Amino acid sequence: MLRTTSTLVVAGAACALASWLFASSQFFALQASLVGVAVILAVSLNLINGITGQFSIGHGGFMGVGAYVGVVTSSLLTQFQLLPGAPQVVSDQLVLLIALATGGLAAGTMGFLVGLPSLRLKGDYLAIVTLGFGEIIRVAIQNTKEIASDELKLVQAQGIGAELAYRVTHLGRATGLSQIPQLTSFGMVWFWVFVVVMVTRRILGSPHGRALLAIREDEVAAEAMGVDTTGYKVRAFAVASFFAGVAGALFAHFQAIITPAQFDFVKSTEIVVFIVAGGLGSTSGAVVSAMALTLLPEVMRSLFGGFNVEQIRKPLFGLLLVVIMLTRPQGLFGTHELWDLGKRKKRPA
Amino acid sequence: MAGLLQHLINGLAEGTIYALVALGYTMVYGVLKLINFAHGDVMMVGAYVGYAAAFVLGDGALGSLWGAVLVFLVSILFCGLLGWLVERFAYRPLREKPRLTALITAIGISFTLSYGFQLKVQPEIAGKKVTLLPGADPRTFPEIITPAEWVTLHVPAPAPAPDEVDPAAPHDAADDFVEIIIWNWQVISFVIALALMGGLQVLVFRTKFGRAMRAVSHDHRVAALLGIPVDRVIALTFMLGSALAACAGILYAIKDTLIQPMLGVQLGLKAFVAAVIGGIGNVQGAVLGAVALALCEELVVGYASSSWRDAVAFGFLIVVLLLRPQGLLGRVQAEKV
Repeated sequence: MLRTTSTLVVAGAACALASWLFASSQFFALQASLVGVAVILAVSLNLINGITGQFSIGHGGFMGVGAYVGVVTSSLLTQFQLLPGAPQVVSDQLVLLIALATGGLAAGTMGFLVGLPSLRLKGDYLAIVTLGFGEIIRVAIQNTKEIASDELKLVQAQGIGAELAYRVTHLGRATGLSQIPQLTSFGMVWFWVFVVVMVTRRILGSPHGRALLAIREDEVAAEAMGVDTTGYKVRAFAVASFFAGVAGALFAHFQAIITPAQFDFVKSTEIVVFIVAGGLGSTSGAVVSAMALTLLPEVMRSLFGGFNVEQIRKPLFGLLLVVIMLTRPQGLFGTHELWDLGKRKKRPA
Repeated sequence: MAGLLQHLINGLAEGTIYALVALGYTMVYGVLKLINFAHGDVMMVGAYVGYAAAFVLGDGALGSLWGAVLVFLVSILFCGLLGWLVERFAYRPLREKPRLTALITAIGISFTLSYGFQLKVQPEIAGKKVTLLPGADPRTFPEIITPAEWVTLHVPAPAPAPDEVDPAAPHDAADDFVEIIIWNWQVISFVIALALMGGLQVLVFRTKFGRAMRAVSHDHRVAALLGIPVDRVIALTFMLGSALAACAGILYAIKDTLIQPMLGVQLGLKAFVAAVIGGIGNVQGAVLGAVALALCEELVVGYASSSWRDAVAFGFLIVVLLLRPQGLLGRVQAEKV
């Protein structure tokens, strides 16, 4: 426990330092944040799809839940002086942390509720239910109202409860929410990258993780050995959804605007491409391929200037999936991890 | 009452189109245990090929029976070929791999088709601009069936409440009746879809090929031992499903008049949901599920709000999976270990 806490503190300090050092380069900060969010999404989806062997294609939906809940929280909180006397940066990051926590918890709860009925079913049904869930979230947000600034002023006068109710029912339909407080620093993003990787590693090293691996290898056998398969699956799903929510909230706080279309089926499929390319079940694979594939359009843009990269990226991702499955279905890393490279292989007894 | 009748008619017409797509999902799932995510996109390709065929035929062919038949045939042949190609080069090499592998491939193909069609590729061949890929803008599907009202029913309108009646206004006879319109294309698409489903029913349950298909669906290894050409049966099943999807694509385009590359994803998902609701792998179940889903959607649009339309399918799906995971007509299969 002490080791965990001290590692977290050191990682947090390092991230804060990096953020402060590179604060002057907006381009660098934006790319680093985008990459970090992609890594969080990939590593957390890998917990469901790679380690537990289930198949979710609704991760974008959970990201969306986190993003919207996070934005509602932070827009409420930025009006208050949370820490009287503290510098603006500190109170901003505190607001962001609270927003991330509520966004993550909302998404995690959602994941628990969705997972409970659907994880009793076999793999492909889960895929379709998670996909459907993502669509329902999108349609639900599109059915809310748009914020009108004069209305908002009236409601704000009535107190925080009224404003909360107003904001929750006014999520801006298909045009999305704008004027989001820009609180995310890329140091915060990478701090969460660190957290999600560490949590995944710790889960894997625990009895819980071995149960998840057992479920992946053979669900029937795992159940016969006394593993509460549904319970473990639902918990893994909830944890992964929590991190998707955090990633969504982080994402929302460095984008000027969020729309429901950003969290649709396409987003979910992108995350699936990341982990399939990296190797289902490999955390380091998910990290490396999420970084590489997020930066790829930028690299292509600088190589072939003027070329419409954004348009060609999506069909390319589709082709990439097919080619990987046909030629190297285990992906870049298989189920291996970078940190296991130096270790000696165990000889069979 | 009259409104309800109109919604039922629209729902039934829509449901038969869903059913044609759902049949493709359910047949492929039956023989391969694979959710063919690319199936909806094959349907989208079918609509575009129909568009191209009608375009090449020109205005003279529009509204004529043979023109329409030709449009359908070209699209069916093209999609049959596409289905065969996808099966041969993407799914067959993966047949003995874990099921997830094929599922991911299917998603990849779906992505490639739906976003590939959003690129605009118009090279000049022999001095003429030839559109190879259509681009993301919606296109108006040519009227290969001239829309006309087939039947217009006049149903007595409910008497207005006494306090709403303005005694001074002259009585208007038009207010006594509500019109219910059945369009000719609704009837035509209903008949075509019904004929195709009937044909499929005969094919699956009355012919030798159908028996082979059911055997492969039951257990493809044992089927192979008994001398059934499994590869050929699976390839033919794909082509059959794709041909049905092509018909559905054109019927949908006639109904909606606009086609765009993403239509396959939306409609395909709904059709898949319909197949699951009916019990996946079950031919009658797919039709039942599709009609039930379309009626549900139509009623939600009619009596609640049209913006919730796309959420209905998945809400319905989650309820069915909770209460009856095997689907309406599906049978529970004990898993042997």
